[in-house]
Amino acid sequence: MLDDADRRLLRYLQSDPTAPVSELAERCAMQPATAARRLEKLSAKGILKGQYAVIDWAKLGFAVEVSLRFTLDKTAPRAFDEFQDAARKIPEVIAIQTFLGRVDLRLSVIARDMAHYQSLYRNQILTLPHIAEVEALMHVATIKTTETLPI
Amino acid sequence: MSWDATDFAILRALSADATLSAGALGRDLGLSQPATWRRIKRLQDEGVLAGRRVDLDAEALGFGVTVFLGVKLATKGRVSLEDFERAVTAIPEVQTVQHVLGLYDYRLRVVARDLSDFERVLRRRVMTLPGVGDVEANVLLSEERLAGLL
Repeated sequence: MLDDADRRLLRYLQSDPTAPVSELAERCAMQPATAARRLEKLSAKGILKGQYAVIDWAKLGFAVEVSLRFTLDKTAPRAFDEFQDAARKIPEVIAIQTFLGRVDLRLSVIARDMAHYQSLYRNQILTLPHIAEVEALMHVATIKTTETLPI
Repeated sequence: MSWDATDFAILRALSADATLSAGALGRDLGLSQPATWRRIKRLQDEGVLAGRRVDLDAEALGFGVTVFLGVKLATKGRVSLEDFERAVTAIPEVQTVQHVLGLYDYRLRVVARDLSDFERVLRRRVMTLPGVGDVEANVLLSEERLAGLL
Protein backbone atom coordinates (compact mmCIF):
# COMPACT_ATOMS: atom_id res chain seq x y z
CA MET A 1 0.00 0.00 0.00
CA LEU A 2 1.87 3.05 1.23
CA ASP A 3 5.62 3.01 1.13
CA ASP A 4 8.16 5.18 2.92
CA ALA A 5 8.40 7.64 0.02
CA ASP A 6 4.62 8.24 0.14
CA ARG A 7 4.79 8.80 3.87
CA ARG A 8 7.68 11.20 3.52
CA LEU A 9 5.79 13.18 0.88
CA LEU A 10 2.69 13.42 3.04
CA ARG A 11 4.74 14.40 6.06
CA TYR A 12 6.30 17.36 4.24
CA LEU A 13 3.02 18.31 2.61
CA GLN A 14 1.34 18.40 6.03
CA SER A 15 4.02 20.67 7.45
CA ASP A 16 3.89 23.03 4.45
CA PRO A 17 0.65 22.63 2.48
CA THR A 18 1.40 25.49 0.08
CA ALA A 19 4.80 24.16 -0.98
CA PRO A 20 5.01 23.55 -4.75
CA VAL A 21 5.51 19.95 -5.90
CA SER A 22 9.05 20.75 -7.04
CA GLU A 23 10.02 21.72 -3.50
CA LEU A 24 8.37 18.68 -1.93
CA ALA A 25 10.18 16.49 -4.43
CA GLU A 26 13.51 18.08 -3.58
CA ARG A 27 13.02 17.56 0.15
CA CYS A 28 12.12 13.92 -0.45
CA ALA A 29 15.03 13.47 -2.85
CA MET A 30 12.90 12.41 -5.80
CA GLN A 31 12.14 13.72 -9.27
CA PRO A 32 9.30 16.29 -9.46
CA ALA A 33 7.45 14.07 -11.94
CA THR A 34 7.68 11.13 -9.53
CA ALA A 35 6.41 13.24 -6.65
CA ALA A 36 3.51 14.54 -8.75
CA ARG A 37 2.62 11.02 -9.85
CA ARG A 38 2.69 9.73 -6.26
CA LEU A 39 0.52 12.60 -5.01
CA GLU A 40 -1.93 11.98 -7.82
CA LYS A 41 -2.13 8.30 -6.87
CA LEU A 42 -2.70 9.19 -3.21
CA SER A 43 -5.54 11.49 -4.26
CA ALA A 44 -7.07 8.85 -6.51
CA LYS A 45 -6.98 6.35 -3.62
CA GLY A 46 -8.76 8.86 -1.40
CA ILE A 47 -5.92 9.03 1.09
CA LEU A 48 -5.11 12.63 0.17
CA LYS A 49 -8.56 14.14 0.27
CA GLY A 50 -7.62 17.74 -0.42
CA GLN A 51 -6.87 20.92 1.48
CA TYR A 52 -9.09 23.29 3.33
CA ALA A 53 -8.51 26.82 4.61
CA VAL A 54 -8.42 27.47 8.34
CA ILE A 55 -10.60 30.38 9.38
CA ASP A 56 -9.78 32.44 12.45
CA TRP A 57 -13.26 33.25 13.71
CA ALA A 58 -11.98 35.68 16.33
CA LYS A 59 -10.54 37.82 13.52
CA LEU A 60 -13.96 37.79 11.88
CA GLY A 61 -15.46 39.26 15.01
CA PHE A 62 -16.46 36.10 16.85
CA ALA A 63 -14.44 36.50 20.00
CA VAL A 64 -16.19 33.83 22.04
CA GLU A 65 -15.76 30.12 21.44
CA VAL A 66 -17.38 27.55 23.69
CA SER A 67 -17.28 23.76 23.71
CA LEU A 68 -20.65 22.44 24.78
CA ARG A 69 -20.63 18.82 25.89
CA PHE A 70 -23.91 16.97 26.01
CA THR A 71 -25.21 13.73 27.36
CA LEU A 72 -28.46 12.79 25.70
CA ASP A 73 -31.56 11.04 26.92
CA LYS A 74 -30.94 7.68 25.24
CA THR A 75 -34.40 6.34 26.09
CA ALA A 76 -35.57 8.30 23.03
CA PRO A 77 -34.79 5.99 20.09
CA ARG A 78 -33.76 8.71 17.62
CA ALA A 79 -32.13 11.04 20.15
CA PHE A 80 -28.79 11.36 18.31
CA ASP A 81 -30.29 11.94 14.85
CA GLU A 82 -32.84 14.46 16.03
CA PHE A 83 -30.32 16.34 18.14
CA GLN A 84 -27.78 16.49 15.30
CA ASP A 85 -30.36 17.56 12.72
CA ALA A 86 -31.48 20.41 14.95
CA ALA A 87 -27.90 21.44 15.84
CA ARG A 88 -26.93 21.63 12.15
CA LYS A 89 -29.54 24.34 11.67
CA ILE A 90 -27.85 26.70 14.15
CA PRO A 91 -25.42 28.84 12.11
CA GLU A 92 -23.13 29.52 15.09
CA VAL A 93 -22.41 25.80 15.48
CA ILE A 94 -19.13 25.22 13.60
CA ALA A 95 -18.51 21.58 14.51
CA ILE A 96 -20.43 18.55 15.72
CA GLN A 97 -18.64 15.53 17.16
CA THR A 98 -20.04 12.32 18.61
CA PHE A 99 -18.22 10.26 21.22
CA LEU A 100 -17.98 6.99 23.02
CA GLY A 101 -17.45 7.86 26.66
CA ARG A 102 -19.02 9.90 29.38
CA VAL A 103 -19.92 12.61 26.86
CA ASP A 104 -22.21 11.73 23.93
CA LEU A 105 -21.83 14.77 21.77
CA ARG A 106 -19.94 18.01 21.52
CA LEU A 107 -20.79 21.23 19.73
CA SER A 108 -18.30 24.01 18.97
CA VAL A 109 -20.21 27.26 19.19
CA ILE A 110 -18.97 30.74 18.33
CA ALA A 111 -20.45 34.10 19.30
CA ARG A 112 -19.61 37.78 18.92
CA ASP A 113 -19.58 38.44 22.66
CA MET A 114 -21.00 37.09 25.90
CA ALA A 115 -24.39 38.72 25.37
CA HIS A 116 -24.68 37.06 21.98
CA TYR A 117 -23.56 33.76 23.49
CA GLN A 118 -26.11 34.03 26.30
CA SER A 119 -29.03 34.57 23.95
CA LEU A 120 -27.79 31.78 21.69
CA TYR A 121 -27.45 29.43 24.64
CA ARG A 122 -30.91 30.20 26.03
CA ASN A 123 -32.89 30.38 22.84
CA GLN A 124 -31.25 27.86 20.54
CA ILE A 125 -29.00 25.48 22.46
CA LEU A 126 -31.13 24.66 25.49
CA THR A 127 -34.13 24.11 23.22
CA LEU A 128 -32.35 21.28 21.32
CA PRO A 129 -34.13 17.94 21.72
CA HIS A 130 -33.26 15.10 24.15
CA ILE A 131 -30.66 16.89 26.29
CA ALA A 132 -29.99 15.13 29.59
CA GLU A 133 -26.98 17.20 30.65
CA VAL A 134 -24.88 20.10 29.32
CA GLU A 135 -21.42 21.25 30.30
CA ALA A 136 -19.58 24.23 28.91
CA LEU A 137 -15.87 24.71 28.38
CA MET A 138 -14.92 28.25 27.44
CA HIS A 139 -11.89 28.50 25.18
CA VAL A 140 -9.19 30.69 26.60
CA ALA A 141 -6.38 30.00 24.15
CA THR A 142 -5.34 27.55 21.50
CA ILE A 143 -1.83 26.37 22.33
CA LYS A 144 -1.35 23.92 19.49
CA THR A 145 -3.48 23.17 16.48
CA THR A 146 -1.52 21.53 13.75
CA GLU A 147 -3.90 18.59 13.35
CA THR A 148 -1.10 16.82 11.54
CA LEU A 149 -0.81 13.05 11.68
CA PRO A 150 2.48 11.67 13.02
CA ILE A 151 3.07 9.72 9.79
CA MET B 1 -12.29 45.61 9.67
CA SER B 2 -15.53 44.95 7.83
CA TRP B 3 -16.24 42.06 5.52
CA ASP B 4 -18.99 41.79 2.94
CA ALA B 5 -20.95 38.93 1.40
CA THR B 6 -18.29 38.40 -1.30
CA ASP B 7 -15.58 37.93 1.34
CA PHE B 8 -17.80 35.40 3.08
CA ALA B 9 -18.37 33.59 -0.22
CA ILE B 10 -14.60 33.41 -0.73
CA LEU B 11 -14.13 32.02 2.80
CA ARG B 12 -16.87 29.47 2.23
CA ALA B 13 -15.25 28.27 -1.01
CA LEU B 14 -11.74 28.12 0.44
CA SER B 15 -12.85 26.32 3.59
CA ALA B 16 -14.12 23.57 1.30
CA ASP B 17 -11.14 23.64 -1.11
CA ALA B 18 -8.11 25.76 -0.31
CA THR B 19 -6.37 24.87 -3.55
CA LEU B 20 -8.82 26.90 -5.69
CA SER B 21 -6.99 29.55 -7.72
CA ALA B 22 -8.06 33.19 -7.61
CA GLY B 23 -9.06 32.85 -11.25
CA ALA B 24 -11.35 29.87 -10.70
CA LEU B 25 -12.82 31.42 -7.57
CA GLY B 26 -13.43 34.71 -9.36
CA ARG B 27 -15.24 32.98 -12.22
CA ASP B 28 -17.67 31.38 -9.73
CA LEU B 29 -18.27 34.69 -7.98
CA GLY B 30 -18.37 36.91 -11.07
CA LEU B 31 -15.18 38.75 -10.11
CA SER B 32 -12.01 39.38 -12.06
CA GLN B 33 -8.92 37.38 -11.13
CA PRO B 34 -7.04 40.46 -9.73
CA ALA B 35 -10.07 41.59 -7.69
CA THR B 36 -10.43 38.10 -6.18
CA TRP B 37 -6.71 37.93 -5.48
CA ARG B 38 -6.82 41.30 -3.67
CA ARG B 39 -9.65 40.09 -1.44
CA ILE B 40 -7.85 36.83 -0.62
CA LYS B 41 -4.70 38.82 0.14
CA ARG B 42 -6.62 41.11 2.49
CA LEU B 43 -8.22 38.13 4.28
CA GLN B 44 -4.74 36.66 4.72
CA ASP B 45 -3.16 39.92 5.85
CA GLU B 46 -5.86 40.45 8.47
CA GLY B 47 -5.37 36.89 9.72
CA VAL B 48 -8.90 35.71 8.89
CA LEU B 49 -7.44 33.12 6.55
CA ALA B 50 -5.09 31.43 9.01
CA GLY B 51 -3.35 28.92 6.78
CA ARG B 52 -4.33 25.61 5.28
CA ARG B 53 -4.69 22.08 6.40
CA VAL B 54 -4.12 18.92 4.41
CA ASP B 55 -7.11 16.62 4.66
CA LEU B 56 -5.88 13.04 4.97
CA ASP B 57 -7.75 9.80 5.48
CA ALA B 58 -6.39 9.05 8.94
CA GLU B 59 -7.72 5.52 8.98
CA ALA B 60 -6.10 4.61 5.67
CA LEU B 61 -2.81 5.88 7.09
CA GLY B 62 -3.14 3.59 10.07
CA PHE B 63 -4.56 6.00 12.62
CA GLY B 64 -7.77 4.32 13.66
CA VAL B 65 -8.53 6.17 16.88
CA THR B 66 -8.98 9.81 17.82
CA VAL B 67 -9.54 10.55 21.49
CA PHE B 68 -10.34 13.82 23.22
CA LEU B 69 -8.86 14.21 26.65
CA GLY B 70 -10.02 16.61 29.30
CA VAL B 71 -7.07 17.29 31.58
CA LYS B 72 -7.20 18.89 34.97
CA LEU B 73 -3.97 20.06 36.54
CA ALA B 74 -3.41 18.64 40.01
CA THR B 75 -1.20 21.17 41.62
CA LYS B 76 -2.17 24.56 40.33
CA GLY B 77 0.19 27.24 41.44
CA ARG B 78 3.07 24.86 41.96
CA VAL B 79 3.38 23.68 38.39
CA SER B 80 3.69 26.38 35.81
CA LEU B 81 1.26 26.29 32.94
CA GLU B 82 4.19 26.95 30.61
CA ASP B 83 5.92 23.72 31.68
CA PHE B 84 2.79 21.71 31.06
CA GLU B 85 2.12 23.40 27.72
CA ARG B 86 5.68 22.98 26.50
CA ALA B 87 5.68 19.28 27.37
CA VAL B 88 2.24 18.52 25.98
CA THR B 89 2.79 20.26 22.64
CA ALA B 90 5.94 18.19 22.11
CA ILE B 91 3.97 14.92 22.00
CA PRO B 92 3.55 14.04 18.31
CA GLU B 93 0.26 12.20 18.85
CA VAL B 94 -1.28 15.31 20.41
CA GLN B 95 -2.82 17.26 17.53
CA THR B 96 -4.57 20.03 19.39
CA VAL B 97 -4.12 21.67 22.78
CA GLN B 98 -6.70 24.14 23.99
CA HIS B 99 -6.63 26.01 27.26
CA VAL B 100 -10.21 26.07 28.55
CA LEU B 101 -12.23 27.31 31.50
CA GLY B 102 -14.69 24.98 33.16
CA LEU B 103 -14.54 21.38 34.31
CA TYR B 104 -11.04 20.95 32.82
CA ASP B 105 -8.01 23.11 32.30
CA TYR B 106 -6.95 21.70 28.95
CA ARG B 107 -8.58 19.90 26.10
CA LEU B 108 -6.37 17.64 23.98
CA ARG B 109 -7.01 15.92 20.69
CA VAL B 110 -4.94 12.74 20.49
CA VAL B 111 -4.56 10.42 17.53
CA ALA B 112 -3.38 6.81 17.83
CA ARG B 113 -3.14 3.65 15.74
CA ASP B 114 -5.60 1.70 17.88
CA LEU B 115 -6.81 1.53 21.47
CA SER B 116 -3.71 -0.22 22.77
CA ASP B 117 -1.53 2.38 21.06
CA PHE B 118 -3.70 5.04 22.69
CA GLU B 119 -3.15 3.39 26.06
CA ARG B 120 0.60 3.64 25.49
CA VAL B 121 0.33 7.38 24.68
CA LEU B 122 -1.92 7.95 27.67
CA ARG B 123 0.28 6.09 30.18
CA ARG B 124 3.75 6.92 28.96
CA ARG B 125 3.23 10.43 27.63
CA VAL B 126 0.13 12.10 29.01
CA MET B 127 -0.01 10.73 32.57
CA THR B 128 3.66 11.62 33.01
CA LEU B 129 3.20 15.29 32.09
CA PRO B 130 4.18 17.75 34.82
CA GLY B 131 1.25 18.62 37.06
CA VAL B 132 -1.33 16.42 35.34
CA GLY B 133 -4.26 15.46 37.57
CA ASP B 134 -7.65 14.16 36.59
CA VAL B 135 -7.96 12.97 32.96
CA GLU B 136 -11.17 12.15 31.13
CA ALA B 137 -11.15 10.37 27.77
CA ASN B 138 -13.84 10.32 25.10
CA VAL B 139 -13.31 8.36 21.89
CA LEU B 140 -14.34 10.24 18.75
CA LEU B 141 -16.95 8.41 16.68
CA SER B 142 -17.87 11.01 14.08
CA GLU B 143 -17.04 14.58 13.25
CA GLU B 144 -18.46 17.21 10.92
CA ARG B 145 -17.25 20.71 10.26
CA LEU B 146 -19.95 23.25 9.44
CA ALA B 147 -19.74 26.62 7.75
CA GLY B 148 -23.18 27.86 8.72
CA LEU B 149 -22.19 31.45 9.42
CA LEU B 150 -20.56 31.84 6.02
